[in-house]
Amino acid sequence: METAPKPGKDVPPKKDKLQTKRKKPRRYWEEETVPTTAGASPGPPRNKKNRELRPQRPKNAYILKKSRISKKPQVPKKPREWKNPESQRGLSGAQDPFPGPAPVPVEVVQKFCRIDKSRKLPHSKAKTRSRLEVAEAEEEETSIKAARSELLLAEEPGFLEGEDGEDTAKICQADIVEAVDIASAAKHFDLNLRQFGPYRLNYSRTGRHLAFGGRRGHVAALDWVTKKLMCEINVMEAVRDIRFLHSEALLAVAQNRWLHIYDNQGIELHCIRRCDRVTRLEFLPFHFLLATASETGFLTYLDVSVGKIVAALNARAGRLDVMSQNPYNAVIHLGHSNGTASLWSPAMKEPLAKILCHRGGVRAVAVDSTGTYMATSGLDHQLKIFDLRGTYQPLSTRTLPHGAGHLAFSQRGLLVAGMGDVVNIWAGQGKASPPSLEQPYLTHRLSGPVHGLQFCPFEDVLGVGHTGGITSMLVPGAGEPNFDGLESNPYRSRKQRQEWEVKALLEKVPAELICLDPRALAEVDVISLEQGKKEQIERLGYDPQAKAPFQPKPKQKGRSSTASLVKRKRKVMDEEHRVNEHWHGPGLPQAAPSCLCLCPCQPATSHSVPVSSPSPVPRTRSGRAFSSSIIRRRRPSPRGPGHLPWTDLCAEPDSRVAWEQSLPKITCREMSVPWNKEVGAVWPLPQLGVDSCLLGWVGIKEESDFLDNVSGSSCGPVPLPLAKHEAILGSEGSVSCLYPHPIPCGCCGLSFAF
Amino acid sequence: MKVKMLSRNPDNYVRETKLDLQRVPRNYDPALHPFEVPREYIRALNATKLERVFAKPFLASLDGHRDGVNCLAKHPEKLATVLSGACDGEVRIWNLTQRNCIRTIQAHEGFVRGICTRFCGTSFFTVGDDKTVKQWKMDGPGYGDEEEPLHTILGKTVYTGIDHHWKEAVFATCGQQVDIWDEQRTNPICSMTWGFDSISSVKFNPIETFLLGSCASDRNIVLYDMRQATPLKKVILDMRTNTICWNPMEAFIFTAANEDYNLYTFDMRALDTPVMVHMDHVSAVLDVDYSPTGKEFVSASFDKSIRIFPVDKSRSREVYHTKRMQHVICVKWTSDSKYIMCGSDEMNIRLWKANASEKLGLTSREKAAKDYNQKLKEKFQHYPHIKRIARHRHLPKSIYSQIQEQRIMKEARRRKEVNRIKHSKPGSVPLVSEKKKHVVAVVK
Repeated sequence: METAPKPGKDVPPKKDKLQTKRKKPRRYWEEETVPTTAGASPGPPRNKKNRELRPQRPKNAYILKKSRISKKPQVPKKPREWKNPESQRGLSGAQDPFPGPAPVPVEVVQKFCRIDKSRKLPHSKAKTRSRLEVAEAEEEETSIKAARSELLLAEEPGFLEGEDGEDTAKICQADIVEAVDIASAAKHFDLNLRQFGPYRLNYSRTGRHLAFGGRRGHVAALDWVTKKLMCEINVMEAVRDIRFLHSEALLAVAQNRWLHIYDNQGIELHCIRRCDRVTRLEFLPFHFLLATASETGFLTYLDVSVGKIVAALNARAGRLDVMSQNPYNAVIHLGHSNGTASLWSPAMKEPLAKILCHRGGVRAVAVDSTGTYMATSGLDHQLKIFDLRGTYQPLSTRTLPHGAGHLAFSQRGLLVAGMGDVVNIWAGQGKASPPSLEQPYLTHRLSGPVHGLQFCPFEDVLGVGHTGGITSMLVPGAGEPNFDGLESNPYRSRKQRQEWEVKALLEKVPAELICLDPRALAEVDVISLEQGKKEQIERLGYDPQAKAPFQPKPKQKGRSSTASLVKRKRKVMDEEHRVNEHWHGPGLPQAAPSCLCLCPCQPATSHSVPVSSPSPVPRTRSGRAFSSSIIRRRRPSPRGPGHLPWTDLCAEPDSRVAWEQSLPKITCREMSVPWNKEVGAVWPLPQLGVDSCLLGWVGIKEESDFLDNVSGSSCGPVPLPLAKHEAILGSEGSVSCLYPHPIPCGCCGLSFAF
Repeated sequence: MKVKMLSRNPDNYVRETKLDLQRVPRNYDPALHPFEVPREYIRALNATKLERVFAKPFLASLDGHRDGVNCLAKHPEKLATVLSGACDGEVRIWNLTQRNCIRTIQAHEGFVRGICTRFCGTSFFTVGDDKTVKQWKMDGPGYGDEEEPLHTILGKTVYTGIDHHWKEAVFATCGQQVDIWDEQRTNPICSMTWGFDSISSVKFNPIETFLLGSCASDRNIVLYDMRQATPLKKVILDMRTNTICWNPMEAFIFTAANEDYNLYTFDMRALDTPVMVHMDHVSAVLDVDYSPTGKEFVSASFDKSIRIFPVDKSRSREVYHTKRMQHVICVKWTSDSKYIMCGSDEMNIRLWKANASEKLGLTSREKAAKDYNQKLKEKFQHYPHIKRIARHRHLPKSIYSQIQEQRIMKEARRRKEVNRIKHSKPGSVPLVSEKKKHVVAVVK
């Protein structure tokens, strides 16, 4: 370790002399070559990991700080500079062997970083720009501080490893129970409840309480850690689903007819008749919304803090019995019998997005806690994992022998699927990676078919409800080891719970803020900003921010000829032009072929959005901290009612119409492709050669059909008569390009070759 | 097989005895704190609402004067001591913590026109309508002694204002001319005039202590250097300036309270364009005083309200009024920058909080919460909903209707101007910005 970090670039020669003169006794923690520095390489001499960024690299840090765009996340924190090497000695004369602040791993810093450093700062006035830069520097500083606090975390996640090539899937629960400590072993238990049929279950948000309801009316809630029963009743009616509300004191039960709410004594508090024939329940804890999916096809949002129905949305897809929530953005995912999954927000009557997932009905949907991956399983026995970060493409697919009826993600990204009476768990490499579907991590066979699954939060436990009762399985590595005491604390006292409840109610997020990107609220509303500017110009009669055209100053005698004036003017104009090019980009090529919506930049609209729409993607939507000059206004949006005014997710309707008209007509085998239909996916056809591709879309009338029409495009030299099945069989991996050639997508730059 | 299960020892998470504080382990992982932006937004919204709920700025009213309060002065060393002069020639010294009057002096016959304290806080000066300048001791007379001034200077004309040098034993008075006095002498060291008109106030610069500014009723603001015999320069505005105040942090900056309802912040190096025009008052502005931080100032107006302006904003951030407060004649910002005093026509001195919703006497936890809320409000201040709540003020009907009326008048003038520009040859009618409109001329 360096003993004395240098403030400047060069080592002061005086110090070198000092150290050669008087040799210090070597300490056990020092390297053999103590005579520090030798000037040239100030890097850390024996870093065990290269990833660790030592902050005391003044030269390097300086460069990093200067460059605005850098691939690597950086730690710009300046080292503590010791002007006088003697000053760091304590009273005993010993030197600090680890001077300066502790190193912070880069990945950890990246986890806490909220700004995207790869995007440039918008071109703005010097004052605004400097303010933005200060805000960015502050943000970095905070992320480093937060990363440093990781050291204080007390618990390590669990794991399960087989000895040299042993398959962990072969390890059965009895082995795990035998190997672990008593407290953990006690978490594995079976409740033998054969009498009241298949069970649904739900853990409370803290993971401390468990509620379950059997098909034949048995409802119970207990503190499952201490096994203390809170209540046990029979509602004398079929129980479809059960869910804790914001705390363990309230319980929503979807019964055969209506939705009922009980407290933890089993006393019925409410019977909500506006939610009838509910099949599935989801509770959005930060919005205090209870989402119910019913047999009648309605998705209803009930605000449990005031008892009002916020929205009742008709999904127009028949009976709804597959539902899950995206914990990242509180969007509800519904699975339909036509193979699509639709994404819903209470603010919109239409789905935010529809994803064509399966060639049969969707049986189960689950979204992981970071909102990145969605797992679906369908009647076609396939289990797919989709990327929700804008592409909506399947990342991995696996055909299961029976098909999964129930899916769930754990906090650390483990995926569980219940197939008949077997439960399979898949794990990924790290916390942020999707589960790899090749090899299950664990399997378990139950005494009856699975009816409900959930990982217990903050515990390595999976709860399974089945016909034989409830099983609590041990799954090492499932739960988040370190909880946040102010967010959900399994050990909280009554007072703490009451305080938390008040605070949570105070910061209840309104339902209309639910949209695909929860950070969209922090972005600049460019549309209304520009509209406001336009109005201001109209009102004032001139543009107050307009720059006066450049007028060259008259120069000395003989230098102000007309030609030289024109020359100087031209020079300035060119310069301005260059700057504009640099900041705003050259604009999209007008004749660029359009490609369809499944590209990353235009995610999740209910329409397929043209990429080369008249307005290019605004660069100012940086998602950065606010500059005060940027004003956001919420006013009636020009995009019609129902849209969130501040989300810029959908293109404007008129631009869409223009885009539709500008499209080339594609004649198909049977009919021309109705462009107003929602495009689900596009498949390439290897049989047709490079020049053709297929287009599948979901019609609005015949929802039950998987694909209404499959047709070859006119580009192909030989439009073959194709059977539906051929097209489907040839579909491996979807491609979002209509044109036969690999075309770079206008907004994301990806090219889809096939 | 290697296996490790998550197994927490409850002893690490639960307090040992009931006397301990609850343990709250923290994990700042963003994955455990979803909806960061919407939740912060709601918190900011709540904080803004609470700020308006708790905005109770009025602290106390000091009554005792038997005529309107004409001038106020701060004690340079004691926060709690305030001096005030009334229109009947009475000077009172107040204790703010006890909220009572500790001394009463019948100083002049007629108005007390000006009052100022010496920089050391041992004595103060008053000028009055009786053409005298009097110096008084800050401490009262001993038992049985008469209340008598230390010195009395008899002048030839009426003095309308007085200010003391910030470091030396020199003070300046104004009237027909600006006189600079040595405390020891009975004749001014020098007198300066520029034109013949009555000068309403004179102020020493607190940083560049030899500089003075004065304003006269012929609409001009004149700057002097004490070391020279003649004035430096002057700027002529549209209407008369009542008083000026120097920024205590930036030597070049001063703010002028004008009769045309506006305040003008000038940089004395470039007097042709004011740095900022502050407009919100609906009647003549009578007095202005800077906060010791130099970031904000408070202005008193004939429209029965006082307003607080940030130096770099043209609109006020706060307006204070009560039903009983009449035309406010003088205003001062206390030296701890926490309170504002104003003296008004109806004989009262009122004490206000500079920050309307500030809670006095915070514990450390409350302070942390306050800081957090402050940061949130700052972060989301431009959101329309939050901005609307934060900006909303209740105004008395007279001020409210006058604002509406003046808005209409201003809009009409602007429309006329736009039309004139529109219908004349491009470039022939120049666009004059609001800042330049009010400056008539600068004379050196």
